Parts: sequence; C-alpha cells; structure tokens
Amino acid sequence: MAGGAAPGGSTASDTYARARHWLLMPSWAVLGVFVLAPVCVMVIYSFLTKEFRGGVIWDPTLAAYDQFFFDRGLFGDSDPKLQWTYITIFWRSIWQAGLATILSLLIGFPTAYYIATRPAKTRALWVFLITIPYWVNLLIRTVSMKFLLRDEGPLNDFLLNIGLITEPLQIINTNLAVQLGLFYSYLPFMVLPIYAAVERYNFSMSEAAADLYATKWTTLRRIVLPAVRPGVIAGCILVFVPSLGAFLAPDLLGGAKNFMIGSLIEEQFKGNAGNWPFGAAASMILLSMVLILLMIFAHQQRRAEASA
Amino acid sequence: MNSSAELAVDVRNAVKRYGDFTALQQISLGIRDNEFFTLLGPSGCGKTTLLRMIAGFEDVTEGGIFLFGDEIENLPPHKRPVNTVFQNYALFPHMSVLENVGFGLEMKGSSRKEAAKRAGEMLELVQLSQFAGRKPAQLSGGQQQRVALARALAPSPKVLLLDEPLSALDLKLRKAMQIELKHIQRETGITFIFVTHDQEEALTMSDRIAVMSAGELQQLGDARAIYEKPRNMFVADFIGDTNLLEVSVDKVTNGRAECRISGNHALSCDAVDGVDVGARVHLSIRPERLLLSDQGIEGSSLKGTVAENIYIGTDITTIMDVDGGPKITVRTSNTERGNKRIFEPGSRAYVNMETGAARLLVD
Amino acid sequence: MSAKTDVRTYTGFRFMTILCLVVLYAPLIVVTVYSFNASRSLTVWEGLSLRWYAEVFVGPESAKFKQAALNSFSIALIAATLATAIATAAATAIVRGGKFRLRTPSLGLITLPIMVPEIVLAVATLIFFNSVGFTRGYMTILVAHIAFCIPFAYLPIQARMQGIEDTYEHAAMDLYATRAQAFRRILLPLMMPGIISGFLLAFIVSLDDFIITNFVKGAGVETLPTAIFGSVKQGLKPNIMAISTMLLGFSIVMVTLSYFASKRNNTQ
Repeated sequence: MAGGAAPGGSTASDTYARARHWLLMPSWAVLGVFVLAPVCVMVIYSFLTKEFRGGVIWDPTLAAYDQFFFDRGLFGDSDPKLQWTYITIFWRSIWQAGLATILSLLIGFPTAYYIATRPAKTRALWVFLITIPYWVNLLIRTVSMKFLLRDEGPLNDFLLNIGLITEPLQIINTNLAVQLGLFYSYLPFMVLPIYAAVERYNFSMSEAAADLYATKWTTLRRIVLPAVRPGVIAGCILVFVPSLGAFLAPDLLGGAKNFMIGSLIEEQFKGNAGNWPFGAAASMILLSMVLILLMIFAHQQRRAEASA
Repeated sequence: MNSSAELAVDVRNAVKRYGDFTALQQISLGIRDNEFFTLLGPSGCGKTTLLRMIAGFEDVTEGGIFLFGDEIENLPPHKRPVNTVFQNYALFPHMSVLENVGFGLEMKGSSRKEAAKRAGEMLELVQLSQFAGRKPAQLSGGQQQRVALARALAPSPKVLLLDEPLSALDLKLRKAMQIELKHIQRETGITFIFVTHDQEEALTMSDRIAVMSAGELQQLGDARAIYEKPRNMFVADFIGDTNLLEVSVDKVTNGRAECRISGNHALSCDAVDGVDVGARVHLSIRPERLLLSDQGIEGSSLKGTVAENIYIGTDITTIMDVDGGPKITVRTSNTERGNKRIFEPGSRAYVNMETGAARLLVD
Repeated sequence: MSAKTDVRTYTGFRFMTILCLVVLYAPLIVVTVYSFNASRSLTVWEGLSLRWYAEVFVGPESAKFKQAALNSFSIALIAATLATAIATAAATAIVRGGKFRLRTPSLGLITLPIMVPEIVLAVATLIFFNSVGFTRGYMTILVAHIAFCIPFAYLPIQARMQGIEDTYEHAAMDLYATRAQAFRRILLPLMMPGIISGFLLAFIVSLDDFIITNFVKGAGVETLPTAIFGSVKQGLKPNIMAISTMLLGFSIVMVTLSYFASKRNNTQ
C-alpha cells in the first residue's frame, strides 16, 4: 500500500470520473426542479399577499411574517402588540418534541447499549426487531396507538381489570398522548445511531476504568458516554427534528387543544379558508429552526471527529 | 546503456506529483526481458506508485514509460499488455475461481468456452484444479494467492506486476511461495516486476533489485551488489544488519583509503568514487564479517572490551565497546566448525575485519 | 461471565430493552388481534372472525380502498424504481468520481429531502405545482414521490459502494475490461445488496407517505394512507384494523427481504 495513500494524494476513487457529470444529471434535474425550486418558490410566496380563495397576489409584502408575530387588531390599524397565538404553538411544538426526545433517550440508550453488548450473532436479530416498526406505515402505527390509548381502549381495559385504576385514564387528546405518539414514531431513530456508536466503542476502556477503581455507573458516565456522544446527539436530532414538524401524532392523538406547527401549516392550505403566504412563512420559520439545529449538529460532529 | 527496444519496461525520467507532494522524483529504470525485477523500499517510498504507473492506475506527471519500445503512459489499463497480482488479490468475490481466472481472456475477446479451457490449464499450473467451482472466500489465503497469480498469468501478459503479493501470508507459506514464484517466472519466461518492503524476500528471489526511498532510486543492482556494496547510508542500513561507523578519511592511495574512527583507531578499506581526503563519512561493516581474536591486524583491527553476548540460535551476537570509540556488533556463527571463539563479558579482545568487509558510503 | 465481573453489563438495561420492545409492539399486536374480532364494537371481544377482512374486499368502501391500494402500490413501484436508478448513478459519480467542485453541493442536494421537514417539503411542492399550473392528481403525487425517495435509495447504495474497494474494478481493467464492462460485470453485481436495500427502503417510504401526498393529491385521487386517514377522521372502524393488519404483514415481508439482502454480503 506504500505509495498509494500518499499524504496529500487523492484518496477518493476516480474510476468513473469522466462520466460523473452524466451520472449526476438525472438527480440534479429531478431534485433541482422538484425539491430545490419548490423551496425557493415557497420563500417567494411567504413574501406575497394572500388571495382570499386560497392563493396569492403578486404583491410583495411582509404581512405574513407580521401576522405571525404581531396583532394589529381586527382592521389592521391598531398599534402592533406581540401576538402570542402562533409563538405559543411553536413553543408547544418545541416542548413536545423535546419531551418526546428525552423519553426516547431514556429508553433508547439502555436498549441500544444492551443490544450492542449482545454476542455478535444475536445482535443483528435485535437490531432487526427494533427496525421492524420503522418499516410499518407511520399512519398505521399512529392509528394503532390511538386505538390502544382510547378511553375505552385495551390499555384502560387492562388497567381496570387488574384493579390498578377505577376510572378509565383520559390519555387520548392530552399532551402525554402526543409525546407518546412522537416517541413511538421515532424511537428506532434514537436506538440505531447510539447502537452504532456503542458497537464501535472499545470495551477495554471500561475494563481499564474498572481496573482504576471506577464503579460501573461512574464508568458509564465518565468513559462510555463521552465516547458515544456523537451517536447520542445524532439520535436526539433524528428524533427531535421530525417530531417538531410532525402532523399525524398531534392531529390524531392530540386533538384541538394540542395543536402543533404541522397542523397550523396544514390548515393554511386546506380548502378556501387558508392563507398561503402565512403557511409559507410558518414553514420558513420551521425550516430555519431545523437548519440552524442541523448546522450546530454538523459543527459538533466535525469537532468530535477532529478530536477523535 | 541498453537501447529501449531490448528492455521490457523502460521508465524515463518519470515524475509523480499529487498536488504539492512529490511521490516520485525523476526515476529512470530499465527492466530487461525475462528478468525477475524487484522494487524494494520502506512504505511510502514510491515503489507501489511506480508499479501502478506501469499498470496504468496512476497518471505519469512527467516523463515516459515504454513497454518493449512502445510508449504506454497514456494508455488506459485495459489496453496495456501487463497484468497485476494485487496486494489483497482483488479476486472478484461474486465469481467462481474458474470465472476469475478466465475473466481477462474473456475481456480480450475469447469466447466463454475458450476462456474456461485456458483458465482450467492455468489452475493446473498452480495446482488448484479441484477448486475451480468454488468462490474465492472458500479458499485459504495461500490458495487465493495462487488464484490471483493464475488470473494474472492467464492472458499471457508481456510483463507481470506483483504488488506485495506475499505480505498477507504467514512466514512458512511465504517462503514456499517465494520459491514457487521464482520457478513460475523461469518456466513462463515472463518479466516479473515485484514490489516488496521485505529485504530478505527481495534478496531471495530477484535477478536485480532497485532500492527506493523517499521517491528516489537509491541503488540498482543484483542481490550481491546491493548487500555487499551498498552505495549509501540508506541502502546499507535498510538491507540487513550492519555497523555504521563515523570516519574521517586521512589518505587515499592506490585505490585504498586510510580512515580514522573516534578513539583514534585506524582502518583501511577500498576507496570509493566521491569520497576524498578530509571527508567525514560513514563506513559500513557487516557483523558476520567481523572476527573476535586475541591478536590484532594492522589497519583492520579495533581493540575493546566485550560488553555482552546474546544467544540467537544460529549465531551468537557480541557487543563490543571499542576503546574510546563506538559500540560494535560482531556475529559469530554458532557451529563448532571454523573459528568460533566466545569471549566472556569484561574480557579484552580485538575485532578483526575480513578483507574487503569495510565499505565506505557516499552519504 | 457473571454480571459482577463483566464491566459491560448494567442491571436494568435488559429490562429497559424489553420495555422498549413492548412499547414498540404492543399497539401493533393489539390492532392485529382486534382486526379478527367478530364484534361490530371496537371494545367488546366476541370471538374470532374474518368478517372485517371480507368487508375490506366486498364491503361498501371496498372500491375506494381497492383504487387507493392500486394507486399506492403503482406509485411506490414506479417511484422506487426510478429513484433507485437515479440514486445508483449519483452514488457512482460521488463515490467513484474522484474529487470535484460539485461533489459536496450534489451530495447536499441529494440529501435535501431528508433535511427539510416533511411538512415544509409538502408545502413547497404544493405551492410549486400550483405556481407552474400543474393540475394536481396521480402524476403530481408520482413526481413528488420520485424526488423524495431519492435520498432513501441513495444512502444504502452509497454505504455499500464505499465498502467495495476500487481494486476490484482496477483488477478488471487490468484484465482488459473497459470502464463500462468493469461497472456492469464487477461493481454492479457487488453493489446489488445495497441497491436492493435502497429500492425496498424507497418503496416503503413511498407507500408510507401521508403528508406530501395529502398536499399534492388533488380531489378524487387517494392513496392508502390518505384513504385510511380520511376514514379514521370519521371514527375508528374495524375494517381499518383489517387494512392496517394487512399492510403490517406486507411491511414485515419487506423488512425481512431487506434484512436478508443486507446479510448477503457478497464481498466475503
């Protein structure tokens, strides 16, 4: 391998370098036209004036963003006051997604760790078990959750029968139901990256720590956790980001009181009642939040790689 | 100088740069037809880069490469009549052994049937006929190595390139394969260019060896010349064990140089071009060409105290503290024949050089 | 090794793992069991029956669900096939195309659909189709699905290709194969497990999609998720349990296929 991996040399394989532009052309075309261009058009729409029958007038304005943050009264001529309705919805979304992420981490970390320390032969089977639900239709999983958690559903039946409760628990249409739904939707995303990190972890470091008088839990906190941190952060991002913009879990499990960003946006495009520029603006705000989060994450991962 | 047409491979002033990094600086080499030629050097010396340039996997930044007189450095690999045995064999995992060996012939235009027939013959040559239907993963390392060899030889290349093909094998198998490779090279008459970092392997197999370091050719010659007449410090140090003594040259007369080492000991040896009076250079003396004795010889002896004896089976290594000078290693063959004489640590003795054992080095 | 001396095991972690599996599977198992319930009520168990399955196929809503299933599966098949082909070409350029200026932007563009929240992508796609004057319907769903399936097909293919050393192709070219022959005879067969995984993932993701489809489908065209959602909005009914159970079974078949595809590591 001597000269092959020369310092400063090109390590990237270039067997098909001459055809690369032709090979990339289809993906550029499809994604450029049907993903990148739409996002750009959406940005433009967020600065346009709404048409009352759902649509826009080509008249540039900041009205959509203004409506998001400020209340100018019924006729739009009062002094602007901070408008809490939408900020509250966003804040609730962050809160719900955050709780779902913490819940996933609390259950996902021990699970990932446990699986990664199984004998190599059974490990693949465990991972398989964890991934199956991810392959099941998200809508079906959410509907199943709704069915299970209903006031007269199997969970309440079971708890009543064993005498743990005397009245059915009201879970559906609460914040808890939304958190459970989000947690249930994205749990495999928490387990898999942590599993990958723990699997790469060199367990002689744990042995070394034990040899140097660290207790097991100290070893976990001081040695294992720092080593698998990139996996933990990746898992949290993978649960938090889709939870933030989720639609199905809040819509089916949360009911009207537990409105999240996803439902707010969806409403703007339903029928004739909607406000497209406002929906585009709300989407832009959500997108910006997610992109900032992903940038922080990418920066963190790079730092972790550099120090490794 | 040979004319280009007689040479199997003629590398002329070849340079390879990756951005600012120069992997090969101005290498010129002529490799003769039917020769077992070895590129030897530590990892990162550029030997694999040079091999890959001949095979066509690396562009030549400057200079040219000729194959039996034809300029080839701009041909893609599939148009060069050379084949490679890769370091990790690169056997196609999804094809059977027979399909692997027949692949090159098929690509050259043979029908599947012809390719399979010739592949069968090649497998016979490497004694693996009974494994023809297996997948490479079902073979041992040594068997995979032989399949790789058969695959590269099947299309009858003009030159066979071998990129450290034995490095993944254990010592015993490696030794057996060294001899087998040498035999196959003689039988087929194909020019072999062999890359290795193992100097013993190079000495065992090669007609000629090119020692490389830091992208430069250090010395080109047969095994004996490389071992006994190293040109510089790098070659002397890289090939085998040696004592490197710092000397100053006092006098050069009639092809002999009178040298002095620290402790004011005088040694005389053959003069070398490029080393003149007053030069401070190094002298290389192989430990097995030194002899411990009660009596010194004028101009070929160093007096000192025995520091330590180390038993290593075939030999006994003695470390000597030369009076006022460096430590010197002496190797004595562990037999009752000849002149074995072991001195206890602390005893006084002379270290005598065999005639011609000392070699002056151009630094 | 006993738990006392093994530094790797932690008490309680096994319990958490079992809890995790219970949480993941309980809703699915409950729905499967209740889909075989003879009762019209969702709560009371009245014994085993296949009546709700029969209802799906011959009941009053059967035509709607059959059409939705046909739409879902045909869109998933076409979208996954095209996305896999596009992703394979792109992965070849990015993994085997050397260093070039457009490499990082291309990778960014390919992964964009999984970076952008689904609801945002749905809004953007709707606005775009509206502004260029496309009539919403089967074609708009299909096009949107092709686009967002690309990264899901791409990631397993890229991972697979990175695991294949380029010495195999070099060896093929050294043995007189052209680049195209090396691609077809060596790289493509070695990449097959990744391509199959990518295709299956894209297929499932397309079949799974609700949000984007809901935005771009237009009136009258339904896929299974949108039809189920519409039905659930009017109240949980046992025939939904039956459809869910069938889709669940289908997903398990798919994931099993993908599992065996990924296990067939043909470079060893």
